[in-house]
Amino acid sequence: MIMRSEILKIAALHLKPLLLVLSLIVLYRGHNEPGGGFVGGLLAGTAFVLHGMAFGAECTKKLPLVKPFLLIGLGLMFSLLSGFIVVLFGNDMFMQGLWINIPIPGITELKLGTPLLFDIGVYLVVAGMLMLVMLSIMEED
Amino acid sequence: MTLFLPVILPLAAIVMLLFSYKLNRLQQFISIFSMSLLVLLAIHILLEVISNGPFAMQAGGWEAPFGITFTVDLFSAIMLVTTALIALIVTIYSIGFLDKTRKQAGFYILIHGLVTGVNGSFLTGDIFNLYVWFEVMLISSFVLITLGAEKQQLRGAVKYVVLNLIGSVIFVTAIGLMYGQMGTLNMADIALKLREIEHTGLINSSLMLFFIAFGIKAALFPFFFWLPASYPTPPVAITAFFAGTLTKVGVYVILRFYSLFVITDLTTWQMIVMIIAGITMVSGVLMAASAYDIRKILSFHIISQIGYMIMGLGIATVIGLGGAIYFMVHNILSKTATFMAGGLFFKYRGSYDLKEIGWIYKDKPLLAFLFLLPALSLAGIPPTPGFFGKLFLIYGGFQAGAWEITTVAIIVSIITLFSMVKIWNEAVWKKIPEHSKAVDKKTLPVSSFWSTLVLVVLIVMFGLGTGLYADYFFEAGRQLMDAELYINTVLK
Repeated sequence: MIMRSEILKIAALHLKPLLLVLSLIVLYRGHNEPGGGFVGGLLAGTAFVLHGMAFGAECTKKLPLVKPFLLIGLGLMFSLLSGFIVVLFGNDMFMQGLWINIPIPGITELKLGTPLLFDIGVYLVVAGMLMLVMLSIMEED
Repeated sequence: MTLFLPVILPLAAIVMLLFSYKLNRLQQFISIFSMSLLVLLAIHILLEVISNGPFAMQAGGWEAPFGITFTVDLFSAIMLVTTALIALIVTIYSIGFLDKTRKQAGFYILIHGLVTGVNGSFLTGDIFNLYVWFEVMLISSFVLITLGAEKQQLRGAVKYVVLNLIGSVIFVTAIGLMYGQMGTLNMADIALKLREIEHTGLINSSLMLFFIAFGIKAALFPFFFWLPASYPTPPVAITAFFAGTLTKVGVYVILRFYSLFVITDLTTWQMIVMIIAGITMVSGVLMAASAYDIRKILSFHIISQIGYMIMGLGIATVIGLGGAIYFMVHNILSKTATFMAGGLFFKYRGSYDLKEIGWIYKDKPLLAFLFLLPALSLAGIPPTPGFFGKLFLIYGGFQAGAWEITTVAIIVSIITLFSMVKIWNEAVWKKIPEHSKAVDKKTLPVSSFWSTLVLVVLIVMFGLGTGLYADYFFEAGRQLMDAELYINTVLK
C-alpha cells in the first residue's frame, strides 16, 4: 500500500479511542443484553486494524497496546481464573458464578462477577487474535 | 474438580508458554513439567476409578441434564493415561528433533492445545461440548500440520483441513437432528430417553451421521483418504503424536456412542460395523504393502489398525471390547514408537525413502532394535503387546461366532508383518544403494534417541506384564457395555 489517504488517517486516529470505549461498553452489557466478550474483542481488534489500514501495519505494531501474545495469554489466564475463584472460596464447583453488586449512588448498580471476568478473558483473546492475524496478513503486501 | 484438571492443566501451561514466547529453553522446561504433571494426574484419576468406580462432575454446579458433565470410567481413564504418557514422550522427542524455527513458531503451545482437546473429548459427557473439544483439537492440529509451511506440507494440509471440516459439518448436522428429536444433548440423558422412544427413524439417521463424522476423524474405510495424503508431510515428531492420538479419539467416541445409543436395529449396525472394519483393515494394509516411504507405510498402517479396534466393537462382547481397548493402548504406544524410530532413521541417514537408505544395523544396532520391537508389536509377535491385543480380539471373534472378520484379521496380520519386514530389510539390513541421493547426516539427537528408547522399553514391559492387568481392560469393556452404569453415574 503506497497511497495513504489523509482523511482515513485522521478518521482512524479519532475513531480508535471511540471504538475501544464502545467495545468496553459492549463487553460490560453482554451478560444480560446483546454483546459480550467476543463482540467486544472483535470491536477492539477492529480499532487497531483500522489504524493499520490508515498508517500501515508496521506503524500499528509499535503501538503500546499491540502485544498479541501477551493479550492472548492474559485473556486465557483471566478466563481460567474466573473458574478458580469459586474454588478459592472453599466451594468445589469449578466455574460456578459469583457476583458482587457495587452500588453507584444515583446512577446505577455495578454488577461484577466471575462470568464478567471470563468475558474479559474472551475479550482479550479475541482482540489479541484479531491483531495477530490481521496485522500479519497486512504486512505481507 | 479433579476431572476438570486434565483440561485446565494444559491450558494453564499455554498461558505460561504465551508469556514466555520465543524463550526456547524456558518453554521446553514448562512443557516437560506440565506434561509430567499431566501423567501423574491421569494416573491419579485412573487409580481413583479402579478403587471407587466411575464418577462424574458437573461444571458450575449445574445439575446433569442441564449443565456440562465431565465423567470418567475405566475406559476413558486408561485413554487419559496413555495419551498423557505419549504427550510427554513426544514432547521430549521433539526437543532434539524439531528445528528451532518450528519450535519458536509455537510448537509447544499447539501441542498443549491438542492435548487439551483430546483430554476434553475423553472426559466430556455432553455431545455439544464434545464438538467443542473436537474443534480445539482440530484447530491445533491444522496449525501443527502446516508448521514450517513447506510446499509439500501445505498440499497435505489442504486435504486434511477440507475433509475434517466436512466431518465437522456432518457432526453438527447430526447434533442438530439429535437435539431436535430428543431435546437434550447430555449423553446419559439421551441414552435414558432412547429407551422410551417409539419412532427411531430420525435417531438412526442421526446416529449414521455421527458414525460418518467420527469415521472421517478415525479414518475408517470410505473416509480415510485424507490420512495418507497429510500425515506423511509434517516432521515425524508431529506425525507421531497425531498417529497416537487423533484417530484414536475418533475410535473412542465411536465406541462410546455405539455402546450408549445403539439400542434398536442392533444386528444391522453390527453388520455395518463388521464390514467396514474388514475393508478398513484390508485396504490399509494393502496400500502399505505397495508404499516405499517409511512415513507412508506407517501412515497406511494406522488405517489398517483402526479396523481392528472397530472390529472389537462389531464383536460387541466383553472380551471383544476389552480387547479393542487393549489394542488401542498398544497401538497408541507402538505406532508412535515406530514413527519415532523412523524419524531417527531419517536423522541418521537423511531420507525416508527405503530405496535410498540402508545398513542401519551395521552402524547403529541399537537403533535398529528400537524400530524392530514396536514393528513386531504392530505385526503381533509374542510377547509384544500387539500379540495379546490380537489374541483377545481373535479369541473374542471366534467365541462370538464372527468367523469372517476374524479370518480377515488373521490374514491382515500376516501382511502387516510383511511390510514391517520390508522396512527392516530395506532400511536396516540392505547395503546403502550406490546411487543413493540421500546424504548421511550421522546425527542422533540425544533427547529423541532416549525418549524412543524409553517408549520401546515401556512397550515391552506393557506386553510382558499383560497378565497382571488384562482384567482391568475387560472390566473397562464391561463398563463400556453397561449403559445403565454410565447413566447412573451421570444422572445419579
